[in-house]
Amino acid sequence: MSTENPVLKVDSLVVETDSKDPKQILKGISFEIQPGETLCLVGESGSGKSVSSLTTMGLLPQGALRAAGGRILLDGEDLLQASPKRISELRGSRMAMIFQEPMTALNPVLTVGRQLDEVLACHTSEPANKRRERVLDALEQVHLPDIERMYDSYPHQLSGGQRQRIMIAMALLLKPKLLIADEPTTALDVTTQHQILKLIRELQEKHGTAVLFITHDMGVVADIAHRVCVMHFGVIVEQGEVKQILSNPQKQYTRDLLSAVPSLTPREARALRGPRLVLDVAELVKEYAPPRSLLSWFKKPKAGTKAVNNISFKLYEGRTLGIVGESGSGKSTLARCVMRLIDPTDGVIRVDGQQISGLTAVGLKPHRHRIQMIFQDPYRSLNPRRTVGDSLIEGPMNYGAQREAALGRAAELLQLVGLPADAIDRFPHQFSGGQRQRIAIARALAMEPDVIVADEAVSALDVSVQAQVLALLDDIQERLGIAVLFITHDLRVAAQICDDVLVMQRGKVVEYGPASDVLGNPSAEYTRQLIEVAPGRSWDFANFSPAS
Amino acid sequence: MLGYFIRRLLAAIPVMLVVALSVFLLLRLSPGDPATIIAGEMADAEQVNNIRTALGLNEPLHTQFFIWIGNLLQGDFGTSLISQTSVMSMISQRLEPTISLALAAITLTVIVAVPLGVIAAWKQGKWIDNLVMSTSVVGFSVPVFVIGYILIQVFAIELKWLPVQGYRSIDEGIGEFISRLILPAMTLSSVYIALIARMTRASMLEVLGEDYIRTARAKGLGQRIVLFRHALRNAAVPILTVVGAGFALMVSGVVVTETVFNIPGLGRLIVDAVLSRDYPVIQALILLTAGLYVVINLLIDLSYAITDPRIRY
Repeated sequence: MSTENPVLKVDSLVVETDSKDPKQILKGISFEIQPGETLCLVGESGSGKSVSSLTTMGLLPQGALRAAGGRILLDGEDLLQASPKRISELRGSRMAMIFQEPMTALNPVLTVGRQLDEVLACHTSEPANKRRERVLDALEQVHLPDIERMYDSYPHQLSGGQRQRIMIAMALLLKPKLLIADEPTTALDVTTQHQILKLIRELQEKHGTAVLFITHDMGVVADIAHRVCVMHFGVIVEQGEVKQILSNPQKQYTRDLLSAVPSLTPREARALRGPRLVLDVAELVKEYAPPRSLLSWFKKPKAGTKAVNNISFKLYEGRTLGIVGESGSGKSTLARCVMRLIDPTDGVIRVDGQQISGLTAVGLKPHRHRIQMIFQDPYRSLNPRRTVGDSLIEGPMNYGAQREAALGRAAELLQLVGLPADAIDRFPHQFSGGQRQRIAIARALAMEPDVIVADEAVSALDVSVQAQVLALLDDIQERLGIAVLFITHDLRVAAQICDDVLVMQRGKVVEYGPASDVLGNPSAEYTRQLIEVAPGRSWDFANFSPAS
Repeated sequence: MLGYFIRRLLAAIPVMLVVALSVFLLLRLSPGDPATIIAGEMADAEQVNNIRTALGLNEPLHTQFFIWIGNLLQGDFGTSLISQTSVMSMISQRLEPTISLALAAITLTVIVAVPLGVIAAWKQGKWIDNLVMSTSVVGFSVPVFVIGYILIQVFAIELKWLPVQGYRSIDEGIGEFISRLILPAMTLSSVYIALIARMTRASMLEVLGEDYIRTARAKGLGQRIVLFRHALRNAAVPILTVVGAGFALMVSGVVVTETVFNIPGLGRLIVDAVLSRDYPVIQALILLTAGLYVVINLLIDLSYAITDPRIRY
């Protein structure tokens, strides 16, 4: 490693909780970044990678965390010793940051132009017309279309990818030496992610910016990093050149992390378990009516939006069908229609031969338990004020089960999903994300369904936990013969769990068939594109070698 | 936006009709008879009945209602049963003091409460936050008349800075007008300052945890800009709601404050009218109040759209 002047040098940094009995979150980490270099901090949730970036920016939540030791040198200047005023001066001008959630990172009540202009107004003494020119130039550089209109837009009028471009434009406005990117593409679709990563690299090369890139996604690491620091529980387990870390990891933790990354190569479909068709969806349509105007009865009605447009598929017992698509493709709307959480406009849904699409709420009740759902965010899908036991027995008791019997069954189910028996009396907040998703699975199973609809059920989980939950689903399916409708945006996950795959785009089916065909040898252009832009496509993580 | 405005005004018509009908029926159904009150304690049944006939109270209910509504539509609110003067002129006399007091009080409230709430949220858990929060508990819990009398004692009687009570119209000189409004406005606003300071603090605390506040800090912006430009506008919607509702409450009658400071406002007119069963006056006042609520709610909703570009009607 060259030892010219690093832009950022973090030296034995210790961060602990700001309390009487401090707990160390960062246990003395050290790394440095050279100009023009991208260093990836990679690790699972709780590893301390975001805390490292927030400490550098001086943005640690006050009263919760504090830097207790070590040095952070930006261009030789120790940030931990600098005054708050000096830190404010450096932020935005010498070091800048982009965040994970472009949807919430911009102020909703100020125009984009104003928010960019602020950076210049705060750090420079340029006149307004000069500032406007510079802002427009920055918008141009991140390849936004129609920049004059962008300047006057509010964030909610823009897409996620556009907002992240705005964030990047804002961060790079004053050509900082250091750019900190904290999971900047995690909330974006693969296509958009691909473009944003390309943009960051392009601007980095143009300006020679040093980039501290924080991510949990090994695919992104493979695509963007020069060097990698693997973090685990506040310690840097291993650091080195990206090639070396990916092909020849020295530490067991790194090996485990890489092995948990699901492969893009689809697994073989399982043999049909039986002839029972448990979910049959035919020509399903969900149309949202256009907004009504005051004079609606005078005008010709506008066409509505077809979120789900003529979708048909069949799901047999014990099989997994993946619905794959980017955000806005209609896959979640489809899942909700199938669950009858929203009413489809047209088409037929049959669960185990019984048509449920036309039924009223009362008529639907006897059939509801046959089809159950697991939601994306285990932190919000369980009622925080009810014990796990209460959540598990509520469904069965609605169908007439006795409390004692239902509790007994709940205990069995918790054991089945690999949770301790005493979990039944505890509350959701006492569990980790992975454990909560196990509870959600147990809750779905308590109704003894024929079909489980899993809507992005592992997207919020770390890869290692993701692998465990996927294995659990597989195991349960094997034992109970339940069919799974698996909604995901992640092609890697789809490749590993699905027998069949249906690719959706703008409400329509692009391609539908066995996973090995659709993902292994796609016939549609759109599917090919999706696979093309999947991060880390060139690397076979589990085998520590380039993909064949 | 204009379409929304018109739709909302049209929607107010059935609301006002329902209010008119329920006020009318409620008054007829409640015990007490204006004729008995007018006739006095010595009158016999026949005299009372004559008065009832003269006032039109012996007509069937629906006839009375339609006569009243018919007159209303022509802009005639009727004549007071007791004073025999036009209801319209009675109300318009009382309107100025009440509106002046309400405007003064709500302005004072916003000027004091919003900055206090912002500072309390910024310094959450520090002494200044504790001070603001505990003072606001006092503001809530001490009765209005106690605050009024304490203010009179201190500023009018001891320090002799301000007059004790009374009201002067703005036509009689701006100085007199303001000096007689200060103490009542302070009294009336005490509860609202407490309420809105707490609202502002809670709303600000929520907003200060948002991602875009972190973004604003990451840009290197100063504390004042972060608090007032970035946070306060986002925290404004619940604050505006309470400010609007507070103003409507103030206008529709603040009997205690008006009594303590001897201000001839609507609040006391309402109380007097209710005590003497003066049907036309009560009906007009309640309709007026209902109309006021409709208008203020509409203004609040429109103000949302101004503070938050995501809200479009």
